Amino acid sequence: MEYLQLFFFYLVALVAIVAGFCVISCKNPINSAISLVMTFFCLAIFYVMLHAPFMAAIQIMVYAGAIMVLIIFVMMLLNQGAEVIARYRHAVIGAFVAAALMMVQIIVLIKQGAVSATVGPISSDVIETVGHTELIGQALFTDFLLPFEIASILLLVAIVGAVVLAKREV
Amino acid sequence: MENLVQTAMQNVNFAAIMPSLVLACFGMVLLLINAFSRRGATAHVALISLVALLTSGYTAVMGWNNPQAGFAGHAVLDNYAIFFTIIFLIAAGLTILMSDSYLKREGYPVGEYYTLIVFSTVGAMLMASGTDLMTIFLGLEVLSVSLYVLAGFFRGQLRSNEAGLKYFLLGAFSTGFLLYGMALIYGVSGTTNLVDIGAFFAASPAAATNPVAIAGMLLMSTGFLFKIAIAPFHMWAPDVYEGSPTPITAFMSAGPKAAAFAALLRIFLVSLGSMEGTWSSMLWVLAVLTMITGNFLALNQDNLKRMLAYSSIAHAGYALVGLVAANEIGISGVLFYMLAYTFMNIGAFAVLVLVGKQGEENLTLQGFAGFGYKRPLLAVLMTICLFSLMGIPPSAGFSGKFFIFAGALDAGYVWLAILGVLNSAVSLYYYLRVMVFMYFKDPEEDFEWIQLKPGATICIVLSVIAVLYMGIVPSGVMSLARQALF
Repeated sequence: MEYLQLFFFYLVALVAIVAGFCVISCKNPINSAISLVMTFFCLAIFYVMLHAPFMAAIQIMVYAGAIMVLIIFVMMLLNQGAEVIARYRHAVIGAFVAAALMMVQIIVLIKQGAVSATVGPISSDVIETVGHTELIGQALFTDFLLPFEIASILLLVAIVGAVVLAKREV
Repeated sequence: MENLVQTAMQNVNFAAIMPSLVLACFGMVLLLINAFSRRGATAHVALISLVALLTSGYTAVMGWNNPQAGFAGHAVLDNYAIFFTIIFLIAAGLTILMSDSYLKREGYPVGEYYTLIVFSTVGAMLMASGTDLMTIFLGLEVLSVSLYVLAGFFRGQLRSNEAGLKYFLLGAFSTGFLLYGMALIYGVSGTTNLVDIGAFFAASPAAATNPVAIAGMLLMSTGFLFKIAIAPFHMWAPDVYEGSPTPITAFMSAGPKAAAFAALLRIFLVSLGSMEGTWSSMLWVLAVLTMITGNFLALNQDNLKRMLAYSSIAHAGYALVGLVAANEIGISGVLFYMLAYTFMNIGAFAVLVLVGKQGEENLTLQGFAGFGYKRPLLAVLMTICLFSLMGIPPSAGFSGKFFIFAGALDAGYVWLAILGVLNSAVSLYYYLRVMVFMYFKDPEEDFEWIQLKPGATICIVLSVIAVLYMGIVPSGVMSLARQALF
């Protein structure tokens, strides 16, 4: 069982990495976008494996759904050709160097054991007995009631703003 | 289930969010009023939003010296929150006062403008009274989303579009940094409550050098410093300030800046106090960099709106000095300075609103040529605001800078104080240049008589009275600022 799980993890991880590579290497931006959706799905599978099914569902709905539409929309809006890519070519090298340094640093820090985290009361056992979604719901309506209500104000403001900016005649 | 409802209700304490609650309710009523109003009629909406701000301010003042906490440690209405709440309300009120004639002149008399200002004030208030990373983050988002829309409010003007889009894209990006930082701090401490985070770091000193905690602190401060427009996160400010409607520029340079300061001070002092060695040396460098960048880039600006944008960057640098000092006089100095800056800056912008012509024209220095002869009284008021921005006694700007630099000296940051004073001297050049144009240049041939609009005039007069009051008798406001410290 353990081995099966491990095998499954590596399989999904491989797909995620290959899809991630496609995101940056595809010539057609729409293909990149679809590869990105693939990566998001793989991440959702990881969430399921981490006993977080609610996160997985949200991952698919928000990222693979809404965020993806946004990205494609921006691509169509800013239909920039090769000239922009050429302008930022030197930045790509910088980004690679920065990313490599960051990775080395993180690996060193983790190896040294300098990184620590606090484990809260909600362990994977609790999640399995009570249920992930239920726990989130309880937290939202008890401890996080105020942020939950502020979020509704935020959505209202966003809707008003969208109408003000986009309506033909205000 | 019964239990859950009970625990949920036990947490509720409306007194802890009363001012923002009142204002949010008014905001929704305003939306309905807009829907049933005749197109183009906005004066009554402006009036009702002023009433909303006054009511909210009344509930805030009533809570002075009677701290209320509620919502499971998510919000608190202590003196600190009330002090900042009053700053936001004043900034919003003065902005609304100068807006009505301006919107008519520019041809965008749309009531939602006021609703968005009201909601952005709600967001700012939640940031000041939030005692949880979640509440602060959501408050910041309410504030920012309203401002993105307000910056791009003039849909027909390219510059306004640019301002809105630029602010939105960069702001959304900086929000990502902020959120990532908060997630890392949560990962280290296991809580999002500010007091609990502080207790965690006090209990385990080793955690303060945990690389994850430091990364979280850095990312979080990046998010807030972006909103305050501290160098090197200031690039957006001049373009956004120049392109936005002038009253919104005034509001953006006062209200949201104070809100980000409110959240930053609370997080750094309450939660991350044990990391002070790390963040104060970082902020030292940023404060100096910001003062120099803002002042030196302002030297060469002909457009007054853009000049004031750069100067507002420099002023954020002065205020940051108070946070570096992190002692009683320094922090209360920041509170004082935020209030003083709100008055002097909005006063100056209100003059710009009166002098400007349709299409945001006439805002260059040349437009101010001979202003002192044509409108002597208005020119005097503008001069007082500019003197205050320079930091010349007896004005609020002088007192504010005095407290902040005194705090820096008290904490042993002698060089920081010296650099701050030198920077103030540099700023004399570009503020005095405006006065030279006002008093020593002949007006242009086609000089139009400037019409005094009641709203904007009241706004200027109120600001100047406050600037003089806080300059001549700073002890009154300063003692309030001292009481506001947690």
